[in-house]
Amino acid sequence: MQHIHLEYDVDGNNFVSAGQATENVKFCLKGLGINPQMIRRIAIAMYEGEINMVIHANGGKAIADIYMDKIVVQLVDTGEGIADINQAMQPGFSTATEDVRSLGFGAGMGLPNMRKYTDEFEIESTVGVGTHITMTVKF
Amino acid sequence: MTINQIAQILEAEFICCEENKHNEVHSACGSDMMSDVLAYVKDQSVLITGLCNPQVVRTAEMMDMVCIVFVRGKRPSEEAIALAKQKGLVMMTTQHRMFSACGLLFSAGLASGN
Repeated sequence: MQHIHLEYDVDGNNFVSAGQATENVKFCLKGLGINPQMIRRIAIAMYEGEINMVIHANGGKAIADIYMDKIVVQLVDTGEGIADINQAMQPGFSTATEDVRSLGFGAGMGLPNMRKYTDEFEIESTVGVGTHITMTVKF
Repeated sequence: MTINQIAQILEAEFICCEENKHNEVHSACGSDMMSDVLAYVKDQSVLITGLCNPQVVRTAEMMDMVCIVFVRGKRPSEEAIALAKQKGLVMMTTQHRMFSACGLLFSAGLASGN
């Protein structure tokens, strides 16, 4: 089946540019005439993921595949990984530094938000290897 | 109310995109924590904040907001202003603190939304 494949490098050293990949995907979905509520759901989830990759994993890759009936976003990094995923999924749990909090993030809502706003959410992580998140929003 | 009425109520100074000041808005959210905005905001169209970095603009854009009010006389970074201009997002700054800015707008009929 034909689909649109978008791939972005998320720069781990540039907090200012975090969210650019999501903006591009959002723009593309708008152009396709996708329901704005659905666009917002995947935009929030992907943006949280981008921010996470910048503040925790020194960047990574954001990949979006847009099909007729859904969008699948993958966030892949080679950061330090997550030792206890269940703990990381708890709202309010965060390992972010005070610096990150002073930028308005690190409230421990990133991963819970990503799960909350998507129809399917999968996370695989290995300490010392990295994290791979796959999430789907159905249109 | 219109964005312009918000500016009048808060005695705020426009920073950019003043040309969009006649747009109607119905609800607002006040927070310095962008994570919370992303977690709890639904259809609010105005963000009231004391945070000044470009991610404030990105957060507002993700939530389809149309106006950002900076409290305590704060001014966003040049990078943040440039990003807002690209998106036509109205920015203004008021001397009021967060609590009074929210209170004034709420009393004037701006809702907190769902």
